[in-house]
Amino acid sequence: MEGLWLQFLLTIDATLRVATPLILCAMAGIFSERSGIIDISLEGKMLMSAFAAASVAAVTGQPWLALLVAIGVSVFLSLIHGFACITHRGNQVVSGLAINILASGLTVTLGIAFFAQGGQTPFLKGDQRFSPITLPFADTLRDIPFLGPIYAEVISGHNIIVWIALLAVVVTSLVMMRTRFGLRLRAVGEKPEAVDTAGISVVLMRYQAVLIAGVLCGIAGAYLSIAHGAGFVREMTAGKGYIALAAMIFGNWRPLQALYACLMFGFLDAVAARVQGLELPLIGEVSSDLILALPYVLTVIFLAGFIGRATPPASIGVPYVKER
Amino acid sequence: MSSTLPRWIDVGVMPLLNILAAFIVSGIIIAMIGENPFTALGVMLKGAFVYKGALGYTLFYTTNFIFTGLAVAVAFHATLFNIGGEGQAMMGGLGIGLLVLALDAVLPAFLLILLAIPVSALMGAAWGAVPGYLQAKRGSHVVITTIMFNFIASSIMVWLLAGTLMQPGQMAPETRDFAEGVGLLKFHEIAAMLGIKVARSPLNLSFVIALAAAFGVWVLIWRTRLGYVIRATGHSEKAAIYAGHSPQRIIIITMAISGGLAGMMALNEILGVQHKLILDFTSGFGFTGIAVALMGRNHPVGIIFASLLFGALYQGGAELDFEFKTITREMVLMIQGLIILFSGALVYMFNPMVERLYHRVFTPQKGTA
Repeated sequence: MEGLWLQFLLTIDATLRVATPLILCAMAGIFSERSGIIDISLEGKMLMSAFAAASVAAVTGQPWLALLVAIGVSVFLSLIHGFACITHRGNQVVSGLAINILASGLTVTLGIAFFAQGGQTPFLKGDQRFSPITLPFADTLRDIPFLGPIYAEVISGHNIIVWIALLAVVVTSLVMMRTRFGLRLRAVGEKPEAVDTAGISVVLMRYQAVLIAGVLCGIAGAYLSIAHGAGFVREMTAGKGYIALAAMIFGNWRPLQALYACLMFGFLDAVAARVQGLELPLIGEVSSDLILALPYVLTVIFLAGFIGRATPPASIGVPYVKER
Repeated sequence: MSSTLPRWIDVGVMPLLNILAAFIVSGIIIAMIGENPFTALGVMLKGAFVYKGALGYTLFYTTNFIFTGLAVAVAFHATLFNIGGEGQAMMGGLGIGLLVLALDAVLPAFLLILLAIPVSALMGAAWGAVPGYLQAKRGSHVVITTIMFNFIASSIMVWLLAGTLMQPGQMAPETRDFAEGVGLLKFHEIAAMLGIKVARSPLNLSFVIALAAAFGVWVLIWRTRLGYVIRATGHSEKAAIYAGHSPQRIIIITMAISGGLAGMMALNEILGVQHKLILDFTSGFGFTGIAVALMGRNHPVGIIFASLLFGALYQGGAELDFEFKTITREMVLMIQGLIILFSGALVYMFNPMVERLYHRVFTPQKGTA
């Protein structure tokens, strides 16, 4: 029994770690899409910034500088997205897709050119990356029944970006729902004409939204390569940007619900890693491949309105043309 | 976006300008890495056309892109965005695999090949029609659903190929080989039968099927009633409803046709070359189809040319691996991303400039007469 409880706690711990990039990207998606700009380029921005972070960390050994550069790179991609979608009113899905493919190619190309290790960056060690932070008294409190292991295994031992991600949810929620900026941003995604009439620039609002999305994706990318991992490997985002997109949709474009969806998808991932090949009564052998497909299946079912009702922002994907 | 440019500029010059922009940016990146972009271009051109068998390989890749490009284009005509080409092609391959593995001990090869062609299309069509149905009847957007369907298809493939379908005693996620003779004829084999010596390449009969499909799409979109309704629905759903058509029905049918075309890509890879079902045989070609359709302006002729360009890029890109230490075939992915950016998302960026230039050159000055 004791062992099973510990196993469960370790799974929850893994859930948090797996969910962190999803949470950051989902919040990024919420900012962008709530302002009316579809963002399927979460994946590409995360990949590119993961590469940037690992490269800078490998060369300078400074994780904070690496994080900063990662954010810069991601923001730059956001600006391209904004330039195409907001300024030139291009197709938002096409632009996002272009960024994803560009990132796929560019990371490997630059990786080989910089480090000549087949697209990887050098292995990071020690203080070149963000290490786990053991909270005070984690070891002494471990022996307290029930609460001790929870504190020691689940709450303690995460790196700083896990905490940033959770903070990002609170901030996103507050900014979106409780500030004037958030109100305007949501309005731009629902009815841009109204915002324009009120004398607020739709273009400026949307640029701000995609910029914030860029910052959050940059943090997510840095997490993958210099906090969770220890270096960049090609295609290391492996569809996480799309899972985050799914989580954002599943959370109905709302920060808190999106957080729950990210945790659920992260939990599925953590479970899948632990149950491969397990024989269960009635079900038979568990396939982790199929568990990993569940987030996508659930999102399709949700979007189809079989569970709950998806309500995307009304003006999503529609470029704004100011009336003359 | 209204344009005052004549058609030949809109169809001929603008796409070239957009590709040029993509190539210039790529060139700058290559130069930044420290290689000569013109040398790289030369290597790619040689790799794509000059070396022995190179043209065969180029046309082999071209075949994939014609199928996936047509798939995206057909959906575009109804203003549907099908990013599910990857998943649909995987399902097409799965259909071929299941059919052949189940029956190759019983049926003659010739009959199996004849069956495999419609089966690949039908499986792809089914994988496209479901997102179509969900958009038409349940209001979920086809873009998101097709993205999700790509991942679901990929999971199914991993599950099957690492499980039930995996060849016993093997560790690689692939099935056993198809029975002898179950595969499309290669061009060098056909040429040999006719007594002509042609360099070996994977180019096979799928290329002909792809060209036929391109002609078929042209007939469908511009010469049939259904194609007219597809375009009408794309132009204005309301008008289509007033004319007595059901947009919902058209959405499902269009997505089915689109998925079917993507599914047929598996003919080239699975029945043409691999002769067994393998993982990841789609290798992103479904996404490349989007670039192809954008560049080809959704017209079959444009798509064939765009496919040729991408075929040359892929085959020539493989050559980069041999010639350079620092640049590899992933370069092509980067160029592809830039092409999608410039000829897709930023397609109108150069319009005002070209318009000004055009009017300065061709429009007679007022007040001089």
